[in-house]
Amino acid sequence: MDPEPPARTPALGVPATRREGLLKVTGTARYAAEHALPDRAYAWPVPATVARGQVTAVDTAAALALPGVLAVLTPYDAPRLGPADDPNLRVLQDLAVPHRGWYVALAVAESTEAARAAAAAVRVTYDTDPHDTGLRTDHPDLYTPEIVNGGYPAHRERGDAVAAFAAAEVQVDCAYTVPPLHNHPMEPHAATALWEAGEAGETGDAGDAGAAALTVYDSSQGTGLVRQALAALFRLPEDRVTVVSEHVGGAFGCKGTPRPHVVLAAMAARYTGRPVTLALPRRHLPAVVGHRPPTLHRVRLGARTDGTLTALAHEVTTHTSRIREFVEQAAVPARVMYAAPALLTTHRVVALDVPTPSWMRAPGECPGMYALESAVDELADALGTDPVELRIRNEPDAEPDSGRPFSSRHLVACLREGAALFDWAAHRTPRRDGPLLIGTGVASSTYPVYVAPASARVHARPDGTYLVQTNATDLGTGARTVLGQIAADTLRVPPDRVTVEIGHSALPPGPVAGGSAGTASWGWAVHDACADLVALLERHPRPLPEPGLSVSADTTASAKQRSPYARHAFGAQFAEVQVDTVTGEVRVRRLLGVFAAGRILNPLTARSQFVGGMVMGLGMALTEHSGVDPAFGDFTESDLASYHVPVHADVPDIEVHWLDEHDKHLNPVGGKGIGEIGIVGTAAAIGNAFHHATGRRIRELPLTPDRVLTALE
Amino acid sequence: MKPFAYLRPTGLPEAVAAHGGRPGSRYLGGGTNLVDLMKLGVEAPDTLVDLTGLPLASVEETSDGGLRIGSGVRNATLASHPLVRTRYPVLAQAVLAGASAQLRNVATTGGNLLQRTRCPYFQDVAKPCNKREPGSGCGARDGSHRDHAVLGHSPQCIATHPSDLAVALAVLDASVELHGPDGTRSVPAAAFHRLPGEHPERDTVVEPGEIVTAVLLPPETAGLPCRYRKARDRASYAFALASVAALLDIADGRVRRVALAFGGLAHRPWRASAAEELLRGADPTETAVRQAVEAELAGAQPLRDNAYKVPLARNLACDVLLALARAARS
Repeated sequence: MDPEPPARTPALGVPATRREGLLKVTGTARYAAEHALPDRAYAWPVPATVARGQVTAVDTAAALALPGVLAVLTPYDAPRLGPADDPNLRVLQDLAVPHRGWYVALAVAESTEAARAAAAAVRVTYDTDPHDTGLRTDHPDLYTPEIVNGGYPAHRERGDAVAAFAAAEVQVDCAYTVPPLHNHPMEPHAATALWEAGEAGETGDAGDAGAAALTVYDSSQGTGLVRQALAALFRLPEDRVTVVSEHVGGAFGCKGTPRPHVVLAAMAARYTGRPVTLALPRRHLPAVVGHRPPTLHRVRLGARTDGTLTALAHEVTTHTSRIREFVEQAAVPARVMYAAPALLTTHRVVALDVPTPSWMRAPGECPGMYALESAVDELADALGTDPVELRIRNEPDAEPDSGRPFSSRHLVACLREGAALFDWAAHRTPRRDGPLLIGTGVASSTYPVYVAPASARVHARPDGTYLVQTNATDLGTGARTVLGQIAADTLRVPPDRVTVEIGHSALPPGPVAGGSAGTASWGWAVHDACADLVALLERHPRPLPEPGLSVSADTTASAKQRSPYARHAFGAQFAEVQVDTVTGEVRVRRLLGVFAAGRILNPLTARSQFVGGMVMGLGMALTEHSGVDPAFGDFTESDLASYHVPVHADVPDIEVHWLDEHDKHLNPVGGKGIGEIGIVGTAAAIGNAFHHATGRRIRELPLTPDRVLTALE
Repeated sequence: MKPFAYLRPTGLPEAVAAHGGRPGSRYLGGGTNLVDLMKLGVEAPDTLVDLTGLPLASVEETSDGGLRIGSGVRNATLASHPLVRTRYPVLAQAVLAGASAQLRNVATTGGNLLQRTRCPYFQDVAKPCNKREPGSGCGARDGSHRDHAVLGHSPQCIATHPSDLAVALAVLDASVELHGPDGTRSVPAAAFHRLPGEHPERDTVVEPGEIVTAVLLPPETAGLPCRYRKARDRASYAFALASVAALLDIADGRVRRVALAFGGLAHRPWRASAAEELLRGADPTETAVRQAVEAELAGAQPLRDNAYKVPLARNLACDVLLALARAARS
């Protein structure tokens, strides 16, 4: 191959199909549970059947007597683990049961079937305590934490929002409820663990790991965090732990931190001396991998009769578990969105006997913007103002809470462009078509720009090809493909000259795939390494001698620099819905989103991210519901037959557009992140369209027939 | 896992003998429900008798002009059969309203009738359920029961039967053919499923060892106007919150024949005989239809969280009956 770069067109901005697509559609991409190591065994966990209490005995005799059963680990005899930031990872270490579904034993056997049968045969007895799983705004144990997720202060006040609201000419004061929600990626959490070289001590304690080395194939959003957690838990130096997440079948946040399954797999492998695969059954996921916690919102908007906001107060009440504080930052987007001279945003949380919540796509922004954007619609209704115009009227000059200038903000342009594309003005009269009521709604979207330090290495081979290495993770988003495009353009070569290696803890460190920050973070390091390599190659005689040249880059210094700018992506979503007055069924007829998210690097995979987010938002609006069982304290809807993610028949043609946004205050890649903003605002747009169609407002999601019929009665 | 014998007989007597009426024996059709229940530990058979090798997979016209649907006919085949679609469209509509295309390709007619409730307490062996374990209690009554019964439930059980197909059969006056150790018998489809009473563990009138061999559709209801409608939480692949099958034959402005059945409201398809009685011979005006439907639903006993099912069922029934009446007039 000619080592000189041929004439070429840029790779970025051009639709590129996924690099691993062929492997995936031919079934040759191997996921965590598919690493068929020789002599491997299988594990199946035993969930607690009480919502609060203490294990008093675990009878494993019947389980151990079953054919093919190798071991049953219990809190009494499981290897002792080292420390963990997340108490959920310290599995089988004590007898307390903090919620129903908490793991109290682990069966290991020659086959999945034998392990499942053994788990079912384990007899656990408990001392049961009364449990409390009911979130309410008058719960006596509610408190305001210091910070909420993302490190934001829980409570912020600018001006006197309560007084300004009381004095406002027009007032909206509404309560909204978002139920618990589940990520349910297509691939459930799974891990295959293998110990090498070290000898398990006689007690089987993790503390005896000695010179052992642990390799884990895990379904995770970031192998670096998993490695860190496993090293601490099993008391190993980090360089003795290898974590591989080459292909991940979806995550949406619930694989963003290490989850208990990977610890259990490693523990079982340690205990039995064999490779062990643990793939969680779908029905276990709601209780053990995290969920979006329920949020109760009170939003007060005060305005002048011309629509100018004078007060905005967003108060959020949510739950966490008894063992870990996790506070969904749902009032935080109200600090960003609209120019209100008096602004109050605050959070309260109560620890209940529930599983620990965790990350789910656009944590904070997604439920928070449902409430805020519904309230803005209610204000438009009270004022008799067009909801698009009301939003435009309250466009701030700078970030309202911080006063910092925006690096770029094109919400108004998104609203205007979306209104034109949707033909908004022509659809502002609700219609009736037989039993169907038809209406339209709008809502804004926003998501912050995050970026984290990353490093990358790029290697130029004498044959003119390149190897790019960074510990990124591709959850099915196209990250691997986009990194190849970034490298190709920086190296000024066609993308097929570049091989990309990601998803392995031995690669140059990169952050977790989360916060819509993956591409910006890894891409920055890839860009820097490639740019340095280009400079080096320019001074280097050709052809390169074997084995070629390598350059590494680390963005820690630049990525950690605090920007003087408020950096957020924005968008606007428009929905048309029909409400069947016979059945109460709500269906979305049209959904259109316009986003301003910086530079769009791969239009093909980007569109998929936006559309996917909007589908998930549609599910949040209409179908996805998880109820806490009032008697037993667990989530009622635990499988995909009862937890209703939207099916094809629920999803209309979704139209996605984006603005050509150039923001020079971001990073060399120029993108703001697109993985999460698509889900933000969708539910409000649909709920607002429901109100437009019916004249009724339902302030609790999802809009299922039972609620709709009651509202229409 | 618990080992089980797997038998695949090719003849009916052989199948009945293989089952033997033993409590641990189960007949296997498409397996879309039984295999799930085995994974959940709800079912733990020691013998599976696979019926898909039996000659039960055809749809045939009977000499009297009806249809005989073998119990092994797949749901997809049933719904697309030309004679079913033209003569008994409510049946095709009901089948297509259920499950997903992939499930319908596998699930059988007999298995559809014999599927178990999707009550989450029935499916969770760690919770009480009188249907799964008589005497253990009912977790749903004080638990989550938004999807549960409003008609005909008992202190022991508030589960609903999930089949769409069975609701259509109820209005077609179909019958179910059973073959057992004592020979062949047939029971009316509307009487095939039971109310829970004190024995919720018994879903149907099938006796131990009996095989559902066919569903018989009578000539009397062939070609009569009929319709199925289902309300659900999402547009496909969801069980009925409530559904309605109706058959309405009008002559000279009067109701000559009427049949109405609800799904999703009870432990069995709920044949609305009180409503039918009021409508028979009447002019099916909006008022008459509404009064008849409300009379039927007057006996509903909603639970804490499922009162919405009563107006939902009312709306569905009125909508379907009035649509049929309008079509008859035009």
